[in-house]
Amino acid sequence: MQCKWLCAVALATVSTTALAQQSEIEELKRRVEELEKQQAPARGTGTNAFNPDVSVILQGTAARSSQDPNNYQITGFAPTGGEVAPPRRSFSLGESELVVASNIDPYFRGQLVASLSPDNTVEVEEAFFQTLGLGNGFTVKGGRFLSSIGYQNGIHQHAWDFQDPPLPYKAFLGGRLDDDAVQVKWIAPTDLLVELGAEAGRGREFPATDPNRNSAGLWTLYGHVGGDIGDSTAWRAGLSYLHASPADRPMDVGATFTGTSSLWIADFIAKWSPNGNASVTNLKVQGEYFQRTENGDLTFAGTSGGYDSKQSGWYAQTVYQFMPRWRVGYRYDRLSHGTVSSNLTAAQLPALLTDYNPSRNTLMVDWSLSEFSRFRLQVAADKSRAGVTDNQVLLQYILSLGAHGAHTF
Amino acid sequence: MRQLFIALVACSALNAHAALKVVACEPEWGSLAQEIGGDKVSVYTAITALQDPHRVEARPSLIARARSADLVVCTGAQLEIGWLPLLQTQSGNSKIQTGQPGYFETSSVISLIEKPTAIDRSMGDVHPAGNPHLHLDPKNIATVAPALAERMASLDASQAAYYKQRAQDFLTRWKEATARWEKQAAPLKGMPVVVYHKDLSYLLNWLGMREVGALEPKPGIPPSTAHLSELLEQLKRTPAKAVVRSAYNDPRPAEWLAGQAKMPSVLLPYTVGGTDRAKDLFGLYDDTIARLLAVTTGG
Repeated sequence: MQCKWLCAVALATVSTTALAQQSEIEELKRRVEELEKQQAPARGTGTNAFNPDVSVILQGTAARSSQDPNNYQITGFAPTGGEVAPPRRSFSLGESELVVASNIDPYFRGQLVASLSPDNTVEVEEAFFQTLGLGNGFTVKGGRFLSSIGYQNGIHQHAWDFQDPPLPYKAFLGGRLDDDAVQVKWIAPTDLLVELGAEAGRGREFPATDPNRNSAGLWTLYGHVGGDIGDSTAWRAGLSYLHASPADRPMDVGATFTGTSSLWIADFIAKWSPNGNASVTNLKVQGEYFQRTENGDLTFAGTSGGYDSKQSGWYAQTVYQFMPRWRVGYRYDRLSHGTVSSNLTAAQLPALLTDYNPSRNTLMVDWSLSEFSRFRLQVAADKSRAGVTDNQVLLQYILSLGAHGAHTF
Repeated sequence: MRQLFIALVACSALNAHAALKVVACEPEWGSLAQEIGGDKVSVYTAITALQDPHRVEARPSLIARARSADLVVCTGAQLEIGWLPLLQTQSGNSKIQTGQPGYFETSSVISLIEKPTAIDRSMGDVHPAGNPHLHLDPKNIATVAPALAERMASLDASQAAYYKQRAQDFLTRWKEATARWEKQAAPLKGMPVVVYHKDLSYLLNWLGMREVGALEPKPGIPPSTAHLSELLEQLKRTPAKAVVRSAYNDPRPAEWLAGQAKMPSVLLPYTVGGTDRAKDLFGLYDDTIARLLAVTTGG
C-alpha cells in the first residue's frame, strides 16, 4: 500500500518536472526566435554595406598576324584612328578596366569605368549618373557613357563574344560610340518591351569632331522592342539613328571632310537555351546592319570639292555553348563601299576612294572555368585591306576580380 | 468630348481598383504572393523552376514587367545579383528600387545559415550574407508570409484586411501541413546524401539529413570529372544513400555518380513548378518529401 503511494508520488514529481522542463524549452525556443527576429533586419543585405561595388577586369592577348597591325586600314572607308587595329603582335596587355558603381542616394546611381591602356595612359571610358526616382518608365543619364544605339555598342569590351568589334563598328563608329552626353529613355507600360531613347552629346569623337559649339555636336534616337518566345527564347530588335556634323575630319593622308554624317543601325539579338536554363547549353544569334550617308566637302591639297557617300555594312554572329564552360562562335562581317561621288580619284586618295568591299571571317572557342575567368582562342581571315588577307590567331584572357557585376542582355 | 471624358473617368476608376502588380523573382515567392493576394493581385514570376536563379539574364521581357510592377519580391542576399540590379536601373520604375516599399527581400526577415566567416572568390561564388535558398525550410515560409502580407497591405491599403486574412488562413493550413510533413519525414533523419549545389541546405537542416558531399567542387563552379572521381573515392569511406539534385541542375553528373556509387539519383522539384506535383508551395513540400521517402523504402 505504502509502496503504491510512494510510486504515485514519485511518478507525479517526475511528470511535473518533465512538464516544467518542456515549458522551459518552449520558453527558450520562443526567446531564441524573438532574438532572431530582432537581429534579422539589422543585417545589411547590400554589397559591402556603404562601399561602392568595385571590380577590376584584367585582359591580355598573345597574337600573331600575317599583316602588320600597324598598317591596318579598312580600304574605302575613312580611317577612324588607331583603336580599331587588330591587337599588337606577340604578348600584349589588353585594356584593364576599373569599375566602381553604387547608388548615390535614393534618386541617383553612379558608375565609373576607367580603362588603363597598355601604353600606360588612363582613359575615362564611362563616368555617368543615372536617375532612379523619376518613375513612369523614365530614366535620365548624364556624363560619359556608351551610347545605347545598336546592340553591341552598349556592351563593355570584356563581355564581347569576340576579342575585337565587328567591321561596321570599326568603320562607322570608330569601334563604339562613347560620348559626353545626356540620354533620356522611356519604357512603355506594356508586357512587350518597348524602349525609346534620345541622346544629345558634344560629339567628342568619330564620326563627329568635337565642334566647339554651344550646342550638341552629335545626337541619336533609338528604339528597341523585345520579349520572349516561350520559356526558351528571348529576343530584342531595334532601330537607331545617329546624326553628326563633322568639320575638318581627317579622311585619308592630307584630306579632310566637312559636312553631315548620318547613320542608321538595325539590330537583332536572340538567345535560346533549353527551358531558358543557360547553364548547360545555350545559343546566341546576333546581327546588325549599318547604313551611313555623308554629304559635304572634301578638302585635299588646298582644293575643295563635293563629297557624297552612301555606304553600308553588316555582321552576323552566333555563339553556342555546347557544354558547361565551353563555347564556340562564328562571325561574318562585311562592308559595302556603296556609292561615293567626289571630284577626286582613287589614285589621289586610295584609302578612301578605292571601290572595295572589306570582309572578314572569324572563329572562336572559349573556355570559362568559372563565371569570373575566360580564356579564348580566336582565328580570323581579315580582308579589311584591298588585295590582301590578314590571317590572325590570338589567345586572350579575361578575368574579373571583385564585385559580381550584372551583365545586360 | 463628353464621351472621351466619361471614358477617361471610367479608366481611372478601373485603375483605382486595378490589381496590385507583383513581380516575383523566383517561383516560390510568386506562389506565396498569390496565396496572400488571391484575386486582388496579378503575379508575374521572372523565372521557372527549370532555370538556375543565379544565372538568369535581365532579358527584355523582365525589364518590361519590372517597369509596371508595384511590388518586386525577391530572395535577396545576392542570389539575384547578376540580374535584379539591371531590372531596377533599366526599368525606370522608382517604386521597386532598393529601400522603397515596392522592393521586398524575403531574406531580410530570416536568419540565414552558412554565413561565411571569410569571403574570397577562391571559395567559388559564395554569398557573403549566407545561404539564400531559404524557402526549403517551412518555418521560413511561415516567417515570410506575414511580413509579405504586411508589405502588400501597406502598398494596397484598401485591401489590407483581405491580405492579412488570407495570410492568416495560409499560416493555419501551413502549420498543419508542416506538422504532417515532419511526421512523414521522420525516417529521413540522419540520412546521408550528396547534393549538387548548396541549395538544399535548409531542407536538409530541417529534416535532420546529412550532406556528405556536393557535385560542385565550389559553389557556382560546374562539376568537373576530377572532382567527381574524388567524390566517388570519398563516398567509399563515407557512403551516402542518394544523390539529390534540383530540377534546374544538369542531370548528367548526378546520374553518373549515382551509377558509379550504386545509389539512387533523386530529382527534387526545388521550387514550385519543378515537378508536376509541385503546383504550389504545399505540393512542393509534399512531392519533395515523397521523393526522398521513396529512397528509404527502396521505391
